[in-house]
Amino acid sequence: MNERIQEKLSILADAAKYDASCSSSGGKRKNENKGLGNSEGMGICHSYTEDGRCVSLLKILLTNHCIFDCAYCVSRRSNDVKRAAFTVDEVVDLTINFYRRNYIEGLFLSSGIFSSPDYTMERLVRIAKKLRTEHKFNGYIHVKTIPGASEELIQEAGLYADRLSVNIELPSELALTTLAPEKNYQEILTPMAQIRDGIIQNKEEKALFKKVPAFATAGQSTQLIVGASTETDLQIIKLTDSLYQGYGLKRVYYSGYIPVTDDARLPQVTQPPVIREHRLYQTDWLMRFYGFQADEILDPAHPHLDLEIDPKLAWALRNRHVFPVDVNTAEYEMILRIPGVGTRSAKRIVAARRFATLNLETLRQLGVVLKRAKFFLTCQGEHQPIIGELSEQQVRRQILFGAGSVRSALVTQQLDLFAQAS
Amino acid sequence: MDTSPPQPPSPAERGAAPEGAREVNQPRRVGVPVLTAPPRDYTYDGTFEGLLTVLFTVYDWRAAPSSIQPEATAQTGLFAQPAHRETNEAQAARVWDGLLKTMDREARARLYHVFLSEDAGRELLIFRYVDLALRMARDISENYASADVRRIQRLAQQLFREKHRMEAFVRFEKTQDELFHATIEPDMDVLPLIAAHFTKRYADQRWLIYDRRRHYGLYYDLTRTDVVQFEPAAGQKATDISATVLDEREPLFRLLWQTYFDHVNIPERKNLKLHRRHMPLRYWRYLSEKQPREQRFVSIDNKRPPTDANLRPE
Repeated sequence: MNERIQEKLSILADAAKYDASCSSSGGKRKNENKGLGNSEGMGICHSYTEDGRCVSLLKILLTNHCIFDCAYCVSRRSNDVKRAAFTVDEVVDLTINFYRRNYIEGLFLSSGIFSSPDYTMERLVRIAKKLRTEHKFNGYIHVKTIPGASEELIQEAGLYADRLSVNIELPSELALTTLAPEKNYQEILTPMAQIRDGIIQNKEEKALFKKVPAFATAGQSTQLIVGASTETDLQIIKLTDSLYQGYGLKRVYYSGYIPVTDDARLPQVTQPPVIREHRLYQTDWLMRFYGFQADEILDPAHPHLDLEIDPKLAWALRNRHVFPVDVNTAEYEMILRIPGVGTRSAKRIVAARRFATLNLETLRQLGVVLKRAKFFLTCQGEHQPIIGELSEQQVRRQILFGAGSVRSALVTQQLDLFAQAS
Repeated sequence: MDTSPPQPPSPAERGAAPEGAREVNQPRRVGVPVLTAPPRDYTYDGTFEGLLTVLFTVYDWRAAPSSIQPEATAQTGLFAQPAHRETNEAQAARVWDGLLKTMDREARARLYHVFLSEDAGRELLIFRYVDLALRMARDISENYASADVRRIQRLAQQLFREKHRMEAFVRFEKTQDELFHATIEPDMDVLPLIAAHFTKRYADQRWLIYDRRRHYGLYYDLTRTDVVQFEPAAGQKATDISATVLDEREPLFRLLWQTYFDHVNIPERKNLKLHRRHMPLRYWRYLSEKQPREQRFVSIDNKRPPTDANLRPE
């Protein structure tokens, strides 16, 4: 029995690990019933894998049996892998016992599709329900909704789960129909819209009535695979932007495509595109926290993100005319646009300048990365950057290769690979 | 060491000059005394209340501190002017309440957090911060141009990180008598700060978290959480205190957790530097997934058409 459960766990954790999301934040479930667990606000990473990703949730598939044959997926029907399936009670027992030992924040449950979407979804819901009602479990639950599952089941899942997600999988409908012939955008966007409406309706009801059952209070997220199809970064961030704007998503995750098959429809790569993925996340942050619009970062003339430098620096280099910015007088929004100044240092600058005029040394102590920032800011005449006199290439070279430049080992390594390949 | 009871300075030393002579050469709040008496080398009992008592004394005597140290580890120089202060709860409470006149609760809590950081210069730092706040007569917590303010923010942030790490890295083991116990050795004294988190979270199980470095723990008995003191007896390890016999399923869950930990790893993305930055080596000792074990689980090679090598017999 024990060996069997261990084998199931290896198979079903291994098959679930390509889902990037492991967030456990944003829940609003307080332990008010003297039950087990509490998930308010801040997420916790209980461990980190050797690739440096956060382990916050017990992330497993209920089963890796699947009737679909999506080319990018390890669990596709035609892949000859070992299959396994948990029972409802096994998942509940694992979750409770891992949680009690403080290994995890909760459960991230997804599944391959066996029999039918509704049959699968019904089991996912049953697990979440059992945890909440029979075990008074208040930890975090993230349920991946199954494409094609009925509206009623998704509605019920939202009552027990803190977060629901539907993976958009590929950044364009064309890529999806090529690589995942049984899926289509409609089947993905419909539940996404349903969850969005459920969340909005829940919020409205909460404003009116005292006691309203919660519905996916930590919102919904999605994931798309980068590098398995030919979309440009511009197409990807436009899609992301429309998901944030149109569907009110909390997060869009990007998963650099890791070669999982020799399928001829897929590019033959040996390394996952980790830098491209990283630049996409930086862009995502610029749109969510820095007030950037998608078309400021990329445009049809520049459809790809620069792998060598971050997207904010790239924007600043293209828009040298708005610099230098005076940190002692400029608006917060403008200070945020200085490369090397993050949201934290920007807030500190705005607060600290009420007490004293800021100079370069203070900025450094506040956490500003002067290596990049010095080209773009001024402190009431104390420091005069020469941005106006330098060309884009000159500034770029000085930042990349000048004194004190430290480049991430990862970037160097991967750019070397590119150099060798070409 | 000077064993005579500390003498408060005489009124002349306190600089109790006639009212009119109280000059105004720096902006200050009415009632904040100028520290004109000769500076003293204060010692206290090492508790936060003790430090607050010292702060009270500083303004009572008008004698600035040239040092403030816990008595147990105090180092006194040749020309020291030692003054030991016993903790006085009433005085400590007056200082604690009075702080709210110049700072909000969050800024005040930050001072307590800095104290828990056990940083070597924390006492004088806290004094200088309080003194600056009193004299500026406004909230200085965002005055990042001041080195002391930055240092306070930094220490408080480090403490927050350590607290957060402990909320993450505590690993309970279940004993036969249904107690979940864990041992930790945090860099800073964070037990007082994690009590609420664990009490809310594990409301339906008895648990004990023991700080092996500071020889005390938190124990929750299903109704309340208490601080418990242990002095490990000679030859006995501190961890032995609660380790009766482990629950029979404990080894299973430990094994399953290790299995899970190994299988969520994606070998193609290996990045040990990042791994260690998030999970520094010094914490590994108490992490069950990082313990030496018989079997290391390797990722299932399920991505390519099966070959003889990865085809396992059913």
